[in-house]
Amino acid sequence: MSDAVLSTKNLVKTFGALKAIDDVSVDLRPGEIHAIIGPNGAGKSTLIAQIAGALRPDAGSVWMGDRDVTRLDTSARARLGLGRTFQISALAMEDTVLENVLLGALGHSGKPWRLFRKVHADAELRARAMAALERVQLADATHTRTSALSHGLRRQLEVAVALTLNPRAFVMDEPMAGLGAEGSKVMTGFLDGLRQEAPILLIEHDMDAVFALADRISVLVYGQVIASGTVDDIRRSAEVRRAYLGEDA
Amino acid sequence: MIAERYINAVVLLGLLVVPSYALMVDEPFTITLATRAVVLALAAVGLNIALGTGGLVSLGHAVFFGLGGYAMGILAFHAQTYAPLSLGIFEIGGTKSMPIIWLVAIVVSALAALAIGLLSLRTSGVYFIMITLAFGQMFYYFAISWSAYGGEDGLSIYLRNDFPGLNTLQPMPFFGLCLALLCLALILHWRLLLSPFGLALNAARQAPQRVETVGLNPMRLRLVAFVISGAVTGLAGALFADLNRFVSPTMFSWQLSGELIVLIIIGGVGRLFGPVLGAILFVVLEHWLGAVTDFWHVWLGVILLLIVLFARGGLLGLLTGKEGPHV
Ligand SMILES: Nc1ncnc2c1ncn2[C@@H]1O[C@H](COP(=O)(O)OP(=O)(O)O)[C@@H](O)[C@H]1O
Ligand SMILES: [Mg+2]
Repeated sequence: MSDAVLSTKNLVKTFGALKAIDDVSVDLRPGEIHAIIGPNGAGKSTLIAQIAGALRPDAGSVWMGDRDVTRLDTSARARLGLGRTFQISALAMEDTVLENVLLGALGHSGKPWRLFRKVHADAELRARAMAALERVQLADATHTRTSALSHGLRRQLEVAVALTLNPRAFVMDEPMAGLGAEGSKVMTGFLDGLRQEAPILLIEHDMDAVFALADRISVLVYGQVIASGTVDDIRRSAEVRRAYLGEDA
Repeated sequence: MIAERYINAVVLLGLLVVPSYALMVDEPFTITLATRAVVLALAAVGLNIALGTGGLVSLGHAVFFGLGGYAMGILAFHAQTYAPLSLGIFEIGGTKSMPIIWLVAIVVSALAALAIGLLSLRTSGVYFIMITLAFGQMFYYFAISWSAYGGEDGLSIYLRNDFPGLNTLQPMPFFGLCLALLCLALILHWRLLLSPFGLALNAARQAPQRVETVGLNPMRLRLVAFVISGAVTGLAGALFADLNRFVSPTMFSWQLSGELIVLIIIGGVGRLFGPVLGAILFVVLEHWLGAVTDFWHVWLGVILLLIVLFARGGLLGLLTGKEGPHV
């Protein structure tokens, strides 16, 4: 697809004898949510890590638009507009909620080298940071220490940090994990609207959320994409039922 | 529990009052001890920027301390022997001027920190500790074999160097200079902590993947922190040499690197005044316990052990009731 915002071509990653990612080509087009589902250990997080630049692929390539970013590191890909959230929250736990989003705003500004300005006094950074917190309903927790946040709120903060970057594409690793029914519903509603801003490559275990949100679904099993299509295609696919949905049901 | 800024104020006040009192009752040795504490504190404030804020456990900060010391020793040596210092194609005279010596100490240690940082910051954890230690040992053995500047015996400087408008031969003015520089370094660290750079560096210690994911480069942040850190510790080395009017390879020793870490841990890692409190305690113990027993280091070890086991935030953590090792 030439209009893909983000794509992988024939990615391969092995860990010893294990082929964690085996010839995977997926893409993400403007305005869509493309969900990647698959059982535990299927290689979803490994795929994300390679897309984000945290893991070097053994073979294959990663593209942002028509630019090959395979050799760029994580920070360079972020600067090109890749917004990633982690399966296990990666936040500065000793810092406040605000400081975590300020970090995102700082990354977006690309100016971390001002040694003698007060970061909290920078109106532009602060406005960007607060706007992101408000969008995920975390404005009340602005000055809370991140380590004091509940698990669910940390997931929301993860998303807020990605929002500060105004990315061209989101890559989210299980944003609903551990949110509970209510939290999942709120997050689902939020991601639903977010796809207008930038498409989302969504890894998710919560099937209700996936079926409610996804424009396309790819099913990853043992490092291979065994099926890819619309929600209805995937629901109907016997192979997918056998390999994955059947197990879960 | 006491707010940290009150403790800091008391510590600063103590550093003003005790030497002033010593001056009144004519006990210059107490002023010298206070100067020693202040200079060690300055060296540790430098390390604290890398270790506390950046999370870089450098066991090689004696390199910068020693470079600062030798910058002073070599410049003053050439000044007192009237022999020009040959730098390959051109020659310069030595100098007894503290501001020039400080500048040289800062520049030389910053450059060394840049080189060492570039080579060692690719590693982390125990490998980083070992590489910085290895650099320390390299400089140590180089200094021992550098016979032009005293080799193992070190270099003596007959008279303390000059500062415009002050009689540095007297203990109190020199103490004042050292204290002023310590305050400047504390202000530097404080401003860094509040700055965008400090925010990013702090986050790079806690969650490096996060920092990369927002488009910043943790390695570069750490490198800048390491250079600033080395420069501050280098300045302390120049002052230490002037305090003793003597430099020797022991300024490069790994024991010194270790002591700097120890006094930061005792005072409170990452806290602005942690190194200051640690250095004061260190010098007090060294002096009082050292007079009573040759094994005072054992007691220092016991204190360190107790703090590591029961007070992770160091003395400042204990006094403020805030466990967290950072400000
Ligand atoms: N760094 C690693 N070293 C070795 N094996 C790994 C590593 N990361 C993941 N794996 C293995 O690769 C497989 C895929 O893991 P992962 O991508 O985390 O799966 P998922 O996110 O789909 O649950 C698993 O079998 C996992 O044990
Ligand atoms: Mg996973």
